[in-house]
Amino acid sequence: MSVLIYAEYADGKFKKVALELASYAKAVADTMGTSVTAVTVNAGDTSELGKYGVSKVLNVNNGQLTNFNAKAYADVVKQAAQKEGAKVVVLSSTTDSLYLAPLVAVGLGAGMASNVVGLPVSTSPFQVKRSAFSQKAFNYTEVTTDVKVLCISKNSFGLVENNTAASAEDFSPALSDADFNTKVESVEKASGKVSIADADIVVSGGRGLKGPENWHILEDLATTLGAATACSKPVSDIGWRPHSEHVGQTGKPVASNLYVAIGISGAIQHIAGINASKVKVVINTDPEAPFFKVADYGIVGDALDVVPRLTQKLKEFKAQNS
Amino acid sequence: MKILVCISHVPDTTSKINFVNGDTEFDTNGVQYVINPNDEFGLTRAIWFQEQQGAKVTVVNVGGPDTEATLRKALAIGADDAIRVNATPTDGFFVAKQLAEVAKNGGYDLIICGKESLDYNGGMVPGMLAGLLNYNFVNSCTELTVDGSAAKASREIDGGKEVIATALPLVVGGQKGIVEEKDLRIPNMRGIMTARTKPLAVVEATGADNKTKAVKFEKPAPKSAVKMVSPDNLDELINLLHNEAKVI
Repeated sequence: MSVLIYAEYADGKFKKVALELASYAKAVADTMGTSVTAVTVNAGDTSELGKYGVSKVLNVNNGQLTNFNAKAYADVVKQAAQKEGAKVVVLSSTTDSLYLAPLVAVGLGAGMASNVVGLPVSTSPFQVKRSAFSQKAFNYTEVTTDVKVLCISKNSFGLVENNTAASAEDFSPALSDADFNTKVESVEKASGKVSIADADIVVSGGRGLKGPENWHILEDLATTLGAATACSKPVSDIGWRPHSEHVGQTGKPVASNLYVAIGISGAIQHIAGINASKVKVVINTDPEAPFFKVADYGIVGDALDVVPRLTQKLKEFKAQNS
Repeated sequence: MKILVCISHVPDTTSKINFVNGDTEFDTNGVQYVINPNDEFGLTRAIWFQEQQGAKVTVVNVGGPDTEATLRKALAIGADDAIRVNATPTDGFFVAKQLAEVAKNGGYDLIICGKESLDYNGGMVPGMLAGLLNYNFVNSCTELTVDGSAAKASREIDGGKEVIATALPLVVGGQKGIVEEKDLRIPNMRGIMTARTKPLAVVEATGADNKTKAVKFEKPAPKSAVKMVSPDNLDELINLLHNEAKVI
């Protein structure tokens, strides 16, 4: 039977979410009395997965799969699940995994639950807790099919080491021409910048920064923290920052370990989009700003005064602790 | 080109979220419903194809009679006709199955959904629909053009974008970018008047098994009070983040 994960590999290593999936799947497999198999595409050394509880790795080496292709990758995951007789297939919540998961579910006749935020509440019946209503509520969902497909929210489980000897084998699923009817023509990726999706820390700015010319203050803080930069909807609407940085209910979701909101009042739609973040720091001149109600730590003060001093202090802290 | 735009009828983004009947049902009391924002971006792009390339635009929703106001709004924005599948949408697979049936019967070339709805956030319907129909599929779509049977799309990837060449028939999971916020249309009086007489067909649901069921809802635990730090004592903030929250 086994629990199957699709472990995403990019830039010469497994993504952190892949290791989180392995940790999660190991815990699920333990309660079901089975083991974890990972399927990977064009991965190099796969031994790292063993550290997080994977017993077996099916590695697909195929030049046609150099670029992500949802239909073909879904076929890979489906065939791996069938080969292993997997009852639970676990994917992450990256844009790629969310793209292919429903295709995998249809292919396997499986029920699917996305935004899963914890281990199954029970495995018989199979019930999971998932976030819904843009983080404003949770929903307990029962997956009633024999095979289940789950997408796990980033940072909801964390990494748990579980040293296991992972055997690796090559896997060559049968792919059809129809799998390649969508072709990637080009990929644009900002290099050297942490993406919001991958970031453990996100530093986000609103109108309190008073103008795009002040963004270097926020960028300095982000660089010091190794963080991604983001912004509120008004800021992207008036063109201070690109839409790709807009986080919130209708922008990108954020599920980082630390979210620093600078000069953002905290509209309900903004908070809905970032509420999955574990720790929230809010810096705002208005002590009545609604954001303070959901913050862990707050500072009432002007961003242009507080943030450069905070950056300086953090640099000193990093220097002492490195 | 025949376009089908799938519309979800969802609570307005400012809605308070509460549950009733022992936390098993969403409390609709006082809630305003809107076209799901991701769907509205897609609808607006569909209207662009209608105006620029002579496409015919049909909107469809799976829901009870109370959702017709949302379909009428889509007609007021410019869709040519509407279909309501008369059923309570119980899970993503069920909805995808209903939409697949409508799509097969109507012979649509392009099917535009929102990448996810703002209520259940499942993000399953566009992909499941594409899987059931075995059509090409682009999710998180931020740009879309069609030339004959060829389609070109951009999709958002983590940290960037990807340009994809594909072909009709095609299912798209749209989001902001497929049109921008400023391109969204507020129905004018003429649109609202003509929407009243545009065709809105009601079809019965096709038999489909649910694959999941919502058992119960829960609101997040109340948050403990914020710890305020003086702007003159930033060392304390660093100390708290390092030693208490352990995030730096």
